[in-house]
Amino acid sequence: MPSLSESLAGIGEMFGAYRSMSRQGVLGMNARNRLYIGRYNQRRLFPLVDNKLKTKQLAQQYEIAVPELIGVIDSQHQVSMLSKHLLGLESFVIKPAKGSGGKGILVIQGHDGDGWIKASGDRVTLQDVQRHVSNILAGLYSLGGAQDVAIIEHCIRFDDSLANYSFEGVPDIRVIVCRGFPVMAMTRLATRESDGKANLHQGAVGVGLSLKTGRAINGVMHGKLVQAHPDTLERLSELVIPQWDELLNLAAGCYEMTGLGYIGTDVVIDRDKGPMLLELNARPGLAIQMANGKGLLPGLRKIDALTDAELRRPAAQRVALSQQWFAD
Amino acid sequence: MIKRNLPYALLVGLLLLAGIAQILHRHWVYDVPLLPGDAQTIWSVEAKVEFDANGEPVKVRLATPDSQPGFMVLRDSGASPGYGLSFVPDDHPGAEWTKRSAEGKQSLFYRVDVLESDAHDLMDESAPPIITSSWPEPYASAVTQVVQQAYSTSADHFSLTRELLKAFNSDPRDQHVQLLVSQYRQRLPQLIVDMLNMAGVPSRVVYGLRLQDGRRQQTLLPYIRVWQGDNSQVFDVPLQERNPTLFDPTAPLLLWEQRGEPVIEVMGGENSQVRFSMIKREESAFGNVANRLSDEHDLLNFSIHSLPIEEQAMFKTILLIPIGALIVCLLRVLIGLKTSGTFMPVLIALAFIQTSLVTGLVGFLIIVATGLVIRGYLSHLNLLLVSRISATIITVIAIIGVFSVASYKFGLTEGLKITFFPMIILSWTIERMSILWEEEGWREVMTQGGGSLLTAVIAFWAMSNPLVRHLTFNFIGVQLVIMAVVLMLGTYTGYRLLELKRFVKLGKH
Repeated sequence: MPSLSESLAGIGEMFGAYRSMSRQGVLGMNARNRLYIGRYNQRRLFPLVDNKLKTKQLAQQYEIAVPELIGVIDSQHQVSMLSKHLLGLESFVIKPAKGSGGKGILVIQGHDGDGWIKASGDRVTLQDVQRHVSNILAGLYSLGGAQDVAIIEHCIRFDDSLANYSFEGVPDIRVIVCRGFPVMAMTRLATRESDGKANLHQGAVGVGLSLKTGRAINGVMHGKLVQAHPDTLERLSELVIPQWDELLNLAAGCYEMTGLGYIGTDVVIDRDKGPMLLELNARPGLAIQMANGKGLLPGLRKIDALTDAELRRPAAQRVALSQQWFAD
Repeated sequence: MIKRNLPYALLVGLLLLAGIAQILHRHWVYDVPLLPGDAQTIWSVEAKVEFDANGEPVKVRLATPDSQPGFMVLRDSGASPGYGLSFVPDDHPGAEWTKRSAEGKQSLFYRVDVLESDAHDLMDESAPPIITSSWPEPYASAVTQVVQQAYSTSADHFSLTRELLKAFNSDPRDQHVQLLVSQYRQRLPQLIVDMLNMAGVPSRVVYGLRLQDGRRQQTLLPYIRVWQGDNSQVFDVPLQERNPTLFDPTAPLLLWEQRGEPVIEVMGGENSQVRFSMIKREESAFGNVANRLSDEHDLLNFSIHSLPIEEQAMFKTILLIPIGALIVCLLRVLIGLKTSGTFMPVLIALAFIQTSLVTGLVGFLIIVATGLVIRGYLSHLNLLLVSRISATIITVIAIIGVFSVASYKFGLTEGLKITFFPMIILSWTIERMSILWEEEGWREVMTQGGGSLLTAVIAFWAMSNPLVRHLTFNFIGVQLVIMAVVLMLGTYTGYRLLELKRFVKLGKH
């Protein structure tokens, strides 16, 4: 048992940590849930982002670029007709519409005789793909096991400048958008440890990005600062996201599209078509603060205080304002 | 920041005020103590008589308990619409219900409050006369043999009784005893009394209840009361069938009928049975007086205590659930503990109250671990969700069955308590943990499983704490205070304790 003075010192340290975090404007889970998600995100709008098919269809209406849809399989008897959709395709992605955390995503990057090659290099046959689609329909990957549909879409071709920063997987860029204003951004780099997945708690590297330039600020892995990607050894300080302003414009435009006032937008960059919206998240995590080495609250408070006139500006102007306010 | 919301602040203030006012009112006006210790224990016991009336005049007589060493009867009352009721205060106290004509299923209630007291100036029963009985051969010689054996190894009436009971309880049994048991199994108490009478020991079969808080649907059990001069002692009857998980030999024994009369007599009906519910209350001696004076018809004393005992016993547990919910709130909002299923830990904690903590923890771990292994196999079969959960439920029931039987065979009656676990909840826990294992790895399973168990243990500790039980049951105002606290927690936007650790580096700029 620690002695009384040790305990007191421990409690003192705790209060010290609380105060300094508060001063730095770190956003906590309770504040996020009550002050931002609870206040800006209406419950009835959640299905728009929890279902990737709806998000995609909505994005097309609002002329927001998304990976091109090849087809949707929504019932078991369509599974046998899968080969018609896939005829002559070199690469494609199959994902569950209601999947969460990147589960159930099958990425095919090449053709090989009767079968295909996965991103990891493994071979799959038509039967394998059909079984995967059946699992998606049965709800294996959706929250609570609800029935689901499978989306088939074109595969993103990475921009070469980012290829060296990721082990397998696609590096995606997460932008927190509050009432249409980008507040903070990061990119998540898959590692061997995270098994090609871009989840920070599974060991992916989070890299905070300057809103002004798209240049890396800070890289963290398992909560510790890192200078280089652990597998490719590429220096993170050299990392710059191309077409940065277009990317922010796209992210900011998602506010008009969904009406949700506090979202995480996940964007990827296609070599030919530029930034594309991958998915939206109405309950974005807090780890982005670690990657940027600063708290979200100063930015969010600024947005809270905006006048109606400022809130009605078009996306491009909002991005410019954000870049001006939140330049480091 | 969210603007301070006036109706919300009013609501919280009102709840707090009303809650505290109710607590103080009950404390000052009715003198209910705030602490459990400085009070006397009162047991309310309710007998529910049920029978099928056949259309004729009905007369029901239920024996009622007297003050006796250890207990003082404070008040008794009966309830049964349409019946005339009188208490017969002669040598054989009882309650008598009468009705000119009744048809169908009838329920009559009798309730008595007894005070646990050590006062010895109570009237005690004097010894009954000795009655000689005879048995046919070969039982008569077996009786003689057994009584002589017990007589030679004893010194007085009480030790003789103990020796006699020991002969019935020993394993393996003496052949004479075996013979008697096989013939008189159904009326063993009377046999033992007759045998004691034969040895010149005054004794009688009496009927009593072991008082255990919150028990329902209990029946009277026979006991043997033995006199030596003016002293008497009560002995257990050997070879009784009991549920070993519920039996507590240390619980106080209330003798309901101690004069050798029938417990219940029904004229004009059939299929009669009596069931007992009981509940324990702590009240100051003064409060009793006040209660007796004001009794019902008092809106301000509106409380759970005006309900029938059976429902009160249920509420005693139900009123603890808000405490569990409050603990979950505190741990999740202020500490940031992860649990698997928001209120699953409260249900597990309720099960722990029934099973005791260690048995509960071991049982929980065994069921979940075994369930996870079997669920691992089920996931290979690629089943649809609903069938998979159904299969898990059946598996959990099978596990509980196997462990109950196995532990009973090994003589561990503690193991039988495993049946108190909520099976559907456990199945969902297994399902969620199994998915978590596949998706996030064992580390996350340990975090959430450990968090759930920790929450359950803390909730168990709070819900089984005597002070908490006393407060929640005796002061309904506590519920309003908990409500106010929960509402306040719902607006807390500060950091969680575990976030301090997670984000501490961000503070150091």
